[in-house]
Amino acid sequence: MSDMRELYQEVILDHHKHPRNFGRLDGANRHAEGFNPLCGDRVTVYVLVENDVVREIAFDGSGCAICVASASVMTDELKGRTLAEIEKLYGTFHDVVMSSTDTAVDMDALGKLAVFAGVREFPVRVKCATLPWHTLRAALKNPDGAPVTTE
Amino acid sequence: MPVEVGNLKTQHDALTVIDAARVREDFPILHREIKGKPLVYLDNAATAQKPRQVIDAISGYYEKHNANVHRGVHALSVEATELYEGAREKARAFINAAETSEIVFVRGTTEAINLVASSFGGSNVKNGDEVLITAMEHHSNIVPWQMLCQRTGATLRVLPMNRDGDLLMEELPRMLNERTRIVAVTHVSNSLGTVNPVAEIIAMAHERGIPVLVDGAQAVPHFQVDVRALDADFYVFSGHKMVGPTGAGVLYARKSILEGMPPWQGGGDMIASVTFEKTTYNVLPHRFEAGTPDIAAVAGLGAAIDYLCATGMDAIARYEDGLVRQAVDALSSALGVTLIGTPGQRAGVVSFTLDKIHPHDVGMILDSEGVAIRAGHHCTQPVMDFYGVPATNRASFAFYNTRADIDRLIAGLDKVRALFA
Repeated sequence: MSDMRELYQEVILDHHKHPRNFGRLDGANRHAEGFNPLCGDRVTVYVLVENDVVREIAFDGSGCAICVASASVMTDELKGRTLAEIEKLYGTFHDVVMSSTDTAVDMDALGKLAVFAGVREFPVRVKCATLPWHTLRAALKNPDGAPVTTE
Repeated sequence: MPVEVGNLKTQHDALTVIDAARVREDFPILHREIKGKPLVYLDNAATAQKPRQVIDAISGYYEKHNANVHRGVHALSVEATELYEGAREKARAFINAAETSEIVFVRGTTEAINLVASSFGGSNVKNGDEVLITAMEHHSNIVPWQMLCQRTGATLRVLPMNRDGDLLMEELPRMLNERTRIVAVTHVSNSLGTVNPVAEIIAMAHERGIPVLVDGAQAVPHFQVDVRALDADFYVFSGHKMVGPTGAGVLYARKSILEGMPPWQGGGDMIASVTFEKTTYNVLPHRFEAGTPDIAAVAGLGAAIDYLCATGMDAIARYEDGLVRQAVDALSSALGVTLIGTPGQRAGVVSFTLDKIHPHDVGMILDSEGVAIRAGHHCTQPVMDFYGVPATNRASFAFYNTRADIDRLIAGLDKVRALFA
């Protein structure tokens, strides 16, 4: 169980139980739907972008604890950030969860996203953590909302 | 068929018909540890573990008999052919088919259904016709028929089920009509465990002259199947779910139907003679076995059939029936558990949800306790949609599982709930 506590940290369990920014965002000018056909995780991310800044962001859908918590923390972290900042943060997040377990992690660069560093120990769960991010990037790149999948 | 075992005493008696401790000695992988704990393998509906006898048959083939089949005059080729054709006779006897020519070796259930949908379906299903399947089919018994319907302009119809996970048999007469060209139904549901009344379905279809394909992938590992008693036209199954290796499965088809079917794949072994102008096809069943088959896997399948028969299919059915009833009882009374599917007759499989915890989280935490179950949609997305869940947890049993495995599962679920409390 001890390694399970590493993965399912209190912050993750809390965001899973009480997801932040959950629900449809009225007035969003970007949205996309993401789907992981392997496990049935499904999230839709809604974004209001103005002058290359994310003013509002929300999500809905259903998924495992890792996926829901990742979406919840992501939306909390990104409100008010510029698109360039988001792209940089995504790169850092992606590099950490995809990295091998013996690579050092720059926890400071990750900020609150650091709680997901444990996911890299469990390759089958990496897609759960990254699905909200892939969906967000699809929304930002693709205003008309074509769905993305992890496969 | 699974026997009726009513009360706790007879459940206990059922568990004495197989000496599980001795059986487990034959399965090397069951002695593995996962995350420092003895493995509890409850994912048998995905694939079963293999006994030493099957593993030895595969390596023995490569070490002593490896050669191509049906064409060499040398000793090794004769031996390989005897192994391969010997397994065909074992498969025939296993399901009580009338002749070995009715046994076509394929890669598995999926390939068998695709073969029937392409060959039989392609020549018998036309624009405006109908193919009837059921609400609880595996994707492999949906998609090949969908593809056939798209190609031909036929319509795919679906016999519904109720919340228990039993087919609505009273709807069947209405859904079988003069346009129905084939019925394809699973013998046992891989996501609910339902044992379907296939003999009854076949009888009703035959009254109207409609042939029936039975997907036996989840049936043959659990109880004796007799294709002639069922009067099945097609019966298909995979070796790897019945303690055999991956790569070898069986298409049984009634000879009179098989004779009328056009070849599926062309190549070596399926021909009698070839010129650039004309090819004459080989006799049954070789006409449907183009190319060099997976000889080692077929040898392994033969050894798996020997193993199951030596253990006794009736003993396996009685033992598993008692065990699965205990699992259903234990899960029903476990906190937070909701069973998905409560069919009248069940074999091998118990699906459930735990509170609102996503099955991937459940499966992962159980894995950390050494307990392997399946979490997901089990290739039956329409069944998940029917119950309004994205996925379920599925524990599936074999005759080497024990009461102790059920206890470890229940203890693991308690840990999941503790973490998510």
